[in-house]
Amino acid sequence: MRSSLSVGLAALVASLGAGMLAPLPLLAQEAAPKAAAPAAAPAAAPVDKGSALYGRPEGAGASKLAPISGPPLATAAAKLPLDKFKVPEGFKVEVYASGLANARSMVQAPDGTVFVGTRTVGKVYAVLPQPDAEGKRVVKTLFSGMHRPNGVAVHDGALYVAELSRITRYDDIAGHLDDPGKGTLVTDDLPKDEAHGWKFIAIGPDNKLYVPVGAPGNINMPPETHAQIRRMDLDGKNAEVIARGVRNTVGFDWNPATGQLWFTDNGRDWVSEDIPNDELNVLTEPGRQHFGFPFCHQGSFTDPEYGWGHSCQEFTPPAALLGPHSASLGMRFNTGGGFPEGYRNQIFIARHGSWNRTQKIGGDVVVARLGADGKVSAVEPFLTGFLQDNKYVGRPVDVLFIKDGSMLVSDDYNGAIYRVSAAQ
Amino acid sequence: MRRGLAGLMGAAALLLAGGAGAETVAERLPACLGCHGESGTSATEGVPSLGGQRADYVVTQLFQFREGQRTAPPMNEMAKGLSDDDLRAFADAIAALPPAKAAGPAADAALAERAKAALAKHQCTSCHGPDLTGQDAIPRIRAQRREYLAAALAGYRSNARPGYDAAMNEAAQDLKDDEIADLAAYISGL
Repeated sequence: MRSSLSVGLAALVASLGAGMLAPLPLLAQEAAPKAAAPAAAPAAAPVDKGSALYGRPEGAGASKLAPISGPPLATAAAKLPLDKFKVPEGFKVEVYASGLANARSMVQAPDGTVFVGTRTVGKVYAVLPQPDAEGKRVVKTLFSGMHRPNGVAVHDGALYVAELSRITRYDDIAGHLDDPGKGTLVTDDLPKDEAHGWKFIAIGPDNKLYVPVGAPGNINMPPETHAQIRRMDLDGKNAEVIARGVRNTVGFDWNPATGQLWFTDNGRDWVSEDIPNDELNVLTEPGRQHFGFPFCHQGSFTDPEYGWGHSCQEFTPPAALLGPHSASLGMRFNTGGGFPEGYRNQIFIARHGSWNRTQKIGGDVVVARLGADGKVSAVEPFLTGFLQDNKYVGRPVDVLFIKDGSMLVSDDYNGAIYRVSAAQ
Repeated sequence: MRRGLAGLMGAAALLLAGGAGAETVAERLPACLGCHGESGTSATEGVPSLGGQRADYVVTQLFQFREGQRTAPPMNEMAKGLSDDDLRAFADAIAALPPAKAAGPAADAALAERAKAALAKHQCTSCHGPDLTGQDAIPRIRAQRREYLAAALAGYRSNARPGYDAAMNEAAQDLKDDEIADLAAYISGL
């Protein structure tokens, strides 16, 4: 069960502070701590478990760290930080659409319309495929006043929208962009916790709906109903848990070569500047695997509180490490033909960027390269520049390969979508 | 309270009568300050002081009022016609007002001790800063009105007031009633 990769993970932890493991050159470079101040002694006062900040030590360094919520208003197109972005030679990046405040998860319908969910502004947008005479794409606000409608999926002409604790289907969405109606309830048999309650959703190659339920807080013993991925029929029936020990996944996709589900998972906060890493995971045995939370993080680090009595050997190790606190969210396999051959079927991952770290990391899109054995051989930068001088000028959330072969990247900080394509 | 609300409605009418965009923000701001306090410190029960408030926070609140995400009837009405640029302009003007001054008495030693313990336990300063003046979209709460603070914390705890993001709803889950009372009394007197 334990692969050579997991040996590599053990080596990683052993070598923390002396640089990171070889297969992750990008992370090694970015994660090198800059003489971080020594952590202060843990708080003497007991803190209630379940608190959002449970686990935070007292101390001036830690007290400067706080979650960053992006503005509710979109940045004007002319002020988008396009000139800050860097892509490998042979690619170009441009603005695909602007004016979509808090743009988050994306999906493209067969007619080319891109649907976009949001987390904080209650809206779902539709970006029409054809630009107008001035090259600007029309953005329609399909819904307002929804409760954290982060997740969107499309199937048989219908749009599925995942709010915090409810999934709704809107039939013939292409014909009803101006009046999508009230829709049909798919399921509301979901927890109502705000913490990690927003959802990425997708419909798998098995025509089932995949729905994560995050852990209800930073670090706690989750109830049976949480810290998992479920799948269900498209009408919400026959729901089953297919992955356990998943703290909070906000992006997944299916490997075109194996049909297996790959997903990102966000690691816990506060335990250290440098651990745990966010994870890239593979589900090989649906319903039978536990990915570690809250007992083991990053496949190699037993939790200071919940790890006692456990070994990381009990749990499925990650396929790759994605950087401490990097907030790795959206991920997709590039199954299209628009990028050079070397990028085909590789995994593109949006790292929203850390808040729980003095020297921020992330704020980029990385490529997880798969070797001939189907395992991750390296994680490399692809689109960078969202992080400038330890401040965000934008924050990538989701990546999506669209029909023309290019890749869209949503940015919830600026309310924009960028398009990365191979330069002609 | 009744008088306060009547004043609010009057101010709302004033603002709306002006028509969004018909006047500059400087011309429209007095209607806000009729209730929120001209000097940045509110004298109206249930209505928060806005002086020195973080502009990013004001934008998110005005946005939430406009979109109906946060319910506070006079403010939902007031914000209805505002454009995105209006939200930014009001936020900048409000942030430039002098910081709110403590209205209530300073805390006695016993209250201060209890409140400081609650501040530490719930790690309020982690986001609101060691002096509780906030940062970015996290609001200044120092010297805020006592009953407003208590209502805000209770609203976050019950989820009746959904935050722009979930941070305060999470943080408030473990608050006890007496902690809310102590925090509100202490912070309002700073």
